[in-house]
Amino acid sequence: MDTPNCFHCGLDIVKEDEIIFDEKKFCCSGCKTVYEIFALNDMTCYYDFENSPGATPQDIKGKYDFLENESIVSKLLEFKEDTTAIVSLNIPHIHCSSCIWILENLQRLQEGIISSQVNFPEKTVRVTFNPTKTNLKAIVNLLSSIGYEPYISLENYESGKINHDRSLTYRLGVAFFSFGNIMLLSFPEYFEVGEYWLEHYKGFFRWLIFALSLPSFFYSANIYYVSAYKSIKSGMLNIDIPIALGIIIFFIRSTFDIVMDYGSGFFDSLTGLIFFMLLGKMFQIKTYSFLSFERDFKSYFPIAITRIKDTVEESIPIYDIQKGDRLLIRNQELIPVDGILITEKAAIDYSFVTGEAIPITKKSGDKVFAGGKQIGKAIEMDVLHTVSQSYLTQLWSNDVFQKKVEQKHKTITDKVSRYFTPILLIISFLGFGYWIFIDLNTAFNVFTAVLIVACPCALALTAPFTFGNVLRILGKKKFYLKNALVIEQLAKVTTIVFDKTGTITTNKKSNITYEGKSLSTIQLGILKNSLQASNHPLSRMLYDFLPDAKKMKISHFNEITGKGIEANIDNHKIQVGSSNFVKKTEETSIQQTTVHIKIDEEYYGKFIFNNEYRKGLSELFNHLSSNYQIKVLSGDNEGERPILEKLLPKNTELVFNQKPEQKLEFIKKLQEKGENVMMVGDGLNDAGALAQSNIGISISENVNVFSPACDAILDASQFQKLNYFLKLSKKAITTIKMSFGLSILYNIIGLTYALTGNLLPLVAAIIMPLSTITIVSFVTIMSNFYSKNLK
Amino acid sequence: MSVIYLLISISIIVAVCFFVAFIWAVKNGQYDDDYTPSVRMLFDDELKKVKPKSKRITKEKQI
Repeated sequence: MDTPNCFHCGLDIVKEDEIIFDEKKFCCSGCKTVYEIFALNDMTCYYDFENSPGATPQDIKGKYDFLENESIVSKLLEFKEDTTAIVSLNIPHIHCSSCIWILENLQRLQEGIISSQVNFPEKTVRVTFNPTKTNLKAIVNLLSSIGYEPYISLENYESGKINHDRSLTYRLGVAFFSFGNIMLLSFPEYFEVGEYWLEHYKGFFRWLIFALSLPSFFYSANIYYVSAYKSIKSGMLNIDIPIALGIIIFFIRSTFDIVMDYGSGFFDSLTGLIFFMLLGKMFQIKTYSFLSFERDFKSYFPIAITRIKDTVEESIPIYDIQKGDRLLIRNQELIPVDGILITEKAAIDYSFVTGEAIPITKKSGDKVFAGGKQIGKAIEMDVLHTVSQSYLTQLWSNDVFQKKVEQKHKTITDKVSRYFTPILLIISFLGFGYWIFIDLNTAFNVFTAVLIVACPCALALTAPFTFGNVLRILGKKKFYLKNALVIEQLAKVTTIVFDKTGTITTNKKSNITYEGKSLSTIQLGILKNSLQASNHPLSRMLYDFLPDAKKMKISHFNEITGKGIEANIDNHKIQVGSSNFVKKTEETSIQQTTVHIKIDEEYYGKFIFNNEYRKGLSELFNHLSSNYQIKVLSGDNEGERPILEKLLPKNTELVFNQKPEQKLEFIKKLQEKGENVMMVGDGLNDAGALAQSNIGISISENVNVFSPACDAILDASQFQKLNYFLKLSKKAITTIKMSFGLSILYNIIGLTYALTGNLLPLVAAIIMPLSTITIVSFVTIMSNFYSKNLK
Repeated sequence: MSVIYLLISISIIVAVCFFVAFIWAVKNGQYDDDYTPSVRMLFDDELKKVKPKSKRITKEKQI
């Protein structure tokens, strides 16, 4: 029980704040309260499954008042009847078995909740409750009070229920059913053909096999027919054409064999082939259900906002906001529309948009843009534009977001099949042409046998299994790709464009330096104590930066939004804050973020917050610059140029003062020059560029938090491994090429049987699984080998 | 030897039963979440021990 960390949330306990309750130590009263709730309900085994699994509950007073609005609630509910309602809530904090346990026992914490079920991979909880006894707001408040605050955004408001696509699972099940039973039934005929009993029952066996193959042929394989038809229609030869052709010929030839009593047909190989290919498809789909790659501003924006109308506060859905409305934005709430600030001062954090963690101060009358988060006291603002016409949201009306991108490029398999298909047809016709002069019957046999044998099963399996495997390897290394096609795209990249703030800089910590008269230990202690009560990000950063100090008595404390802190500590008066506040002079250079210090009316100096670049940045850029063109785009001013120039390789192009649309245009221009562009960004202002680029990678400090629509999400801690990921994707392509060689070898062996007219069902039944197994193991071993040995 | 008809039919029927069970399982969403159930099944023991407590305390706490 005796841990230096908080019993509930596991964070370090600051000695002064320690609360001992029930012989357990807590870091704050929030954590203690959660423990109390659980203890009162005899639910403390929450702490048995996992050590300190909890999260400190956030202050949510009034935040969910909008859930009293019936029309909003009805949009969020999955299902509603008189006594039952179901809602699915996304809870980012779900991370361990304790979470599952507590969330599935919610009915013991609140009457009216009937049951709740957690979906761990998706981090959602589905609550069934009785709306006459409780309501959504109460449930959300309960969840928040125990540290599991749900994330409710505009996205939930529109999408409602999510449908799982299970058709591939069905197809696979059907294919396996057919395959298994047919294999069993065709076994006898592999060994003895002329045996008496076999002879006697062969009709029964064969027709049964035929019947069993029908569901596989007509249902499971039908995706290949559809895809082949589509590709013929669009004039793009893809791999599905020879596959579909092979399957159909397979089926016709086998049926013909049975009808004419020539043999038992190839139904075993046919169904096996369909099964294995579907398995490959399944393997290639590796979804990270807790991540979303399709996010736009809707995932960030709240559902409702408080409007002040005739001094009455009311919650309205944000789509109902009209120009001229007066809005109330509380602490930590997102500003949904552009407007003019009415309240005297506001500190707005635009980190969602720009990646910049330090809030910007706005004065009354200033324009505030949508996407910012209010920090501190509640503010009032007048609406200038509606949601869809705001500066940031307008970006989404760009064409890039409108078109559904079908497939931007040809896959490597499709490229090979462009040659494969014609060659295959030529060989089969040549074989047919040769045999037709000798024996018409054999000629038909040869013709069909070639198409059967060459059915590019191994070829089609190569890419899915390689990509599927690489996808998993990358996932383990915290690089999450949207789908397998991204790997191919990664291998083709020629130019890499980086966003600056939040992408190559980290917003977690700043590089702080001090300029001015030196401060004594006592003075540093005073400073640290004065910062303790402030929640301003700069205060927090400076607080963490300063050395530990004794706790002192604070007799007076006043934080002035947008200015700084004034405090009296141990009879010393201290002022910390902006230059204007401390020195009464405007600062000359605006390119630095600074905090000024004044103790006992004497000005000491300033702390300068420099951007902290990510670890291993210049090393990574040096490696990358030998193979790629590198460019850095920034929405900021040129203040950082000299530092960046020193840090990055000489040929790196630096572009500053870029608006979101300009970033998009920049990428477009590069693409018009024939470059394959990879964009690495983080904030919503990069969303356009991420969508326009061939691959958009979004960097995320915490993958559970939201990142804009992109093709891949990279955990920020893995940033320096980017070069490794690019190399691995290239090796994946190499593996595929080698494996193509192998599968063509199998095809040649098969073809020699086919062309000489000797293709027996047994031969087909051996070649097919053999090639499949070797190909699959080859690509798996190779990709694992590369992932381990690359540096 | 015509018992073979019977045997094969039985084997097919059994196979179809399993197939139907599979389809039913997929339809029920049993394959949508393949992690949580594995954790959930370990919880059952704790539940019994705590049941008798009344819910009144809960209510007070909420207010």
